[in-house]
Amino acid sequence: MLEIRGITQRFGGITALEDISFSVAKGDITGIIGPNGAGKTTLFNIATGIYSQTKGQIFLDGVDISRIPAERLARRGLVRTFQNIELFGTLTVLENVMLGLHTQSRCGMLACMTKMPWHIAEERRIRTKAMVLLEFCGITNLADQVAGSLPFGKGRLLEIARAMATAPRIMLMDEPAAGLNNRETNELALLIRKIRDAGVTVVLVEHDMELVMDICDRIVVLNLGQKLAEGTPREIQEHPAVIAAYLGEG
Amino acid sequence: MNREVYKFLVLVAIVLLCPLAVHEGYILNVLVFVGIHTMLALALNLLLGYAGQISLGQAGFFGLGAYISGILTATHGVNPWLAMGEGAVVVTLLAFLIGFPILKLKGHYLAMATLGLGIIIYIVFNEAVDQTGGPSGLSGIPNLSLGGIIFDNDLKNYYLIWTFVLLSMGLALNLVHSRIGRALRAIHDSEVAARVMGVNARLLKVQIFALSAGLSAVAGSLYAHTMTFVAPASFGFNFSVELVTMVIIGGLASIYGSLLGAALLTLLPELLRAFQDYDIIVYGLLLIIMTMYMPGGLVKGVPALFSAIRSRLKRKPSAHA
Amino acid sequence: MACLKQRNMGLSDQIAQYLVSGLSTGAIYALIGIGFAIIYNGTEIINFAQGEMVMLGGMFTLFGLDVLKLPLPVAILMAVTLTTLSGVLFERLTIRPLKSPTPLSLVIITIGGSILIRGIAMLVGGKDTHAIPAFSGSDPLSIGSATILPQHLWIFALTVIAIVLNKLFFQYSITGKAMRACAANRRAAGLVGIDVRRMVLFSFAISAGLGSLAGIIVAPLTMTSYDVGVMLGLKGFCAAIIGGLSGGLGTVLGGLLLGVLESLGAGLISSGYKDAIAFIILLLILFIRPQGLFSRAQTERV
Repeated sequence: MLEIRGITQRFGGITALEDISFSVAKGDITGIIGPNGAGKTTLFNIATGIYSQTKGQIFLDGVDISRIPAERLARRGLVRTFQNIELFGTLTVLENVMLGLHTQSRCGMLACMTKMPWHIAEERRIRTKAMVLLEFCGITNLADQVAGSLPFGKGRLLEIARAMATAPRIMLMDEPAAGLNNRETNELALLIRKIRDAGVTVVLVEHDMELVMDICDRIVVLNLGQKLAEGTPREIQEHPAVIAAYLGEG
Repeated sequence: MNREVYKFLVLVAIVLLCPLAVHEGYILNVLVFVGIHTMLALALNLLLGYAGQISLGQAGFFGLGAYISGILTATHGVNPWLAMGEGAVVVTLLAFLIGFPILKLKGHYLAMATLGLGIIIYIVFNEAVDQTGGPSGLSGIPNLSLGGIIFDNDLKNYYLIWTFVLLSMGLALNLVHSRIGRALRAIHDSEVAARVMGVNARLLKVQIFALSAGLSAVAGSLYAHTMTFVAPASFGFNFSVELVTMVIIGGLASIYGSLLGAALLTLLPELLRAFQDYDIIVYGLLLIIMTMYMPGGLVKGVPALFSAIRSRLKRKPSAHA
Repeated sequence: MACLKQRNMGLSDQIAQYLVSGLSTGAIYALIGIGFAIIYNGTEIINFAQGEMVMLGGMFTLFGLDVLKLPLPVAILMAVTLTTLSGVLFERLTIRPLKSPTPLSLVIITIGGSILIRGIAMLVGGKDTHAIPAFSGSDPLSIGSATILPQHLWIFALTVIAIVLNKLFFQYSITGKAMRACAANRRAAGLVGIDVRRMVLFSFAISAGLGSLAGIIVAPLTMTSYDVGVMLGLKGFCAAIIGGLSGGLGTVLGGLLLGVLESLGAGLISSGYKDAIAFIILLLILFIRPQGLFSRAQTERV
C-alpha cells in the first residue's frame, strides 16, 4: 500500500536518511523503531509532504506522492499525528474533529457568510459525524471543552479522533505513546487495533518496545539514517544487528 | 447559537434607536465615522485575529475603494452604487492576485511587505495628480441615493452606513462560525496540522486577504460618498496603524471587539480634544500596554480582569481563616 | 552635432551627480540597515522603532546645539550616547517584559514603541523642521565633472569608520563574539554561559547607536523633524533585506544600491515616485529572493 523507495535526506552536510526502502502492506500495523536521531520523524515529515526529500520516492497505491504538498495528501487518504500533539488549542474538542472533516465539506465563502440552507445541512452532517468519532475514541464527554486545556493523554486521543475524521486509508502515528502512563498506553493499544479493524493501515514510530512488539505485524529498524533490519516482531527481537545497536547505545 | 442571534438583535435595536437619543448632527457624524471604522477594523480582524496574518496596508485598500468610487463618479459620471461595486470587485481581485506572493511571507516580513504595499498605494494617490487631484484631493463626489432618497445629511448617512456595518458584521459572524472560520482559527493555532487535515492554508489565507481588502474598499466607497471629498492624507501609514490598534484594543478574533475598538478609538480623540495631534502618544502607549497586559483585547481582558479580582476577593478571607 | 555632444556631456554629468548623492544617502541606509540586521540576527525581531533612533540622533544633536549651546562635536557625542541609552531603555520597557513573545506581538509592540517615541519627540521638540549646520561648511568641491559637498565626504568617512569598528567589534571582542554565538544558536549560547538577555540588550544599544549616527550625519543635508524616522527606517530595512539581513557587506551593498537607484530614478524618471522605488524593490526582493541579492539560496523548507 505504502512503498518507500530509496529515500535519502540531507540537511546541509548532514545525512539524516540514506537510501531507505521498505513497504507497508494494506491492513498491517507497521512499527518503525530506532534510537534517537535515527531519522524516523524525518521520514514521516517527508511522507506527509512537510519536507521535500533529497532523493527517492514514496508511493501510495502505486502513485508517487513524495512531492505532493501536505494539504492534498489528506484527500488521498493519508493522515498523520504528531509527536508533540498539534491540536488546535483555541478550538473546542468537537471543532477539532469537525476540522478533520474539512475535506468532506464543500461550502465556499459566500455560502458560509449567507448561511445558505445547504450550508446549515452540511454543518449538521459533519457535527453528527464528529460526535461519532469522539465516541469511537471515548472522549464524547469532552466535546465542548477547549482543546488547549486538555490533559496530555486526552489530547492524544483527540488527535487520533481528528485524524480518523479525514477518513484515512493509512495513518502515520509519530510516537503515539510518548508521555502516556501505563493505563493510557494500554488503552492506546486497544484503540490502534480498533483503527486497524476499521480498515485503516497504521504505521507508527515508537520508543515503547513493549507496545511495538505487542501490536505490530511488521517492524522496520532504523539506525543513524540507515535501515538496519525489517521483519516480524520475533525476527527483530532475535536480529543480531538490532541487539548490537540497542545494547551498544544503552 | 441562539445566544448569538439575540446578541446581534440587541445590537440592531441599539443602532436603530440611537438617533432618538442623539439628535445633534455632530454626534451623528462621529457615529458615521465609528461605523466606517468598524467595517475597517472588522475587515482587518478577519485577517489578523482569525487567520493570524498581519496587514499594515489596510489604509491602502480603504483608499483605493474611496478613490475608485470618487474618480468614477466625480470625473466619469458613473452611478455611485455601480462605482462602489466596481471598487469592491477591482480591489478584491487585486488583493487576491497580490495575496499569493505576499502571504507566502510570515511574521515580520509580512508586516513589512504589506506596509510597503500600503505606502506605494499612498504615493500613487499623491502623484497621479491627473486622476486623483494629488495632495489637495478630489472633490465633487456625489452622495449615494436610493429610490429618491439622497443620503445627504447626517441622519440619513447614519442609517446608510450602519446598515452596511450590521450587514458586514452579520456576514462576518456567520463566516467565523462556519467551516471556513474554523479552518482560519486552525491555521492560526497550527498551520502544519491544518494542512495535514487537508486545509489548503495558502489559498484560504489569500481568500481572506482578498475578502478583507474588498470589505475595506466598500468602506472606502461609503466614506467617499458621505464626505463627497477624498484626500491622500486619510489613507497613510498612520491610519493603517490606527486600524491595527483598534483591532488589538477591541480584541483579536472577536467581531464585537472590532466594533468596540473602532468606537473607542474614534470617540476617544473626540472626547479628548486637548490631545490634538498628540493622540499618537496615546495610541503608542495603548498598543504597548494592551500587548503586554491584555493580549486578548478589552472583549476578553475586562471579563478576565473582573473574574481575577473576584477570585482574589474570595480567596483573601479564606486565607485569613 | 556639437549640441548633441553638449547634451550628452550634460547627461553624464548629471548621472555622476546622481551617483554622488545616491551613494551618500545609500551609506545612510546601510548604517540603518545594519542596525536592523544586528537586532534581527540576535533576536529574530524586526525592530520597527529603528527609524526612530535615527530621528532621535538628529533631534538630540539639535537639542545640544540650540538649547545647551554645545559645540557640534560634543553635541554629536551626546546625541549618540543618549540615543544608545534610549535603545537600551526601549528594549527594557517593551521587549523584555513580554512574557510569551510571538512575531505578531513583537511587531505590534515595536510599532507601538515607535509611535510613542515619535509622539514624545513631537511633544517636546514641536512639529517644525529644523536645520543642523554642515560639519565643515557647505562650499561644494568639484571632483571630475561632479560637485560634492563636504558633508558628503563626512558621510562617507564616518560610515566607513562606523562599519569597520562594528566589524572589528563583532570579529574580535569577547562581547562581539558572544553576540555572534547568540545569533547562531541562542540556546547553545545560553548553555555555555553567555547571558543571552544581556546580548539582546547590547544589540539594541549598538543598533540605536548606529541609527543615531546615521540620523546625525544626514541631518545637515535633509533637515530633521520628529517624523523623519519613518521613511529612513523603512529604507534602511529595505537595504537590509536586499543584503539578506547580513550585519556586514551585504547590507552595505544593499544600501548603496538602493541609494543610487533612488537617486537615478528620481532624477531621470520622476521625483514624485522616488520613495516608491524603495518599496517596489522591497516587494520584489521579498517575493522573488527573500534571502537577499548577495547570499546563496538556503535549503528549502516547505
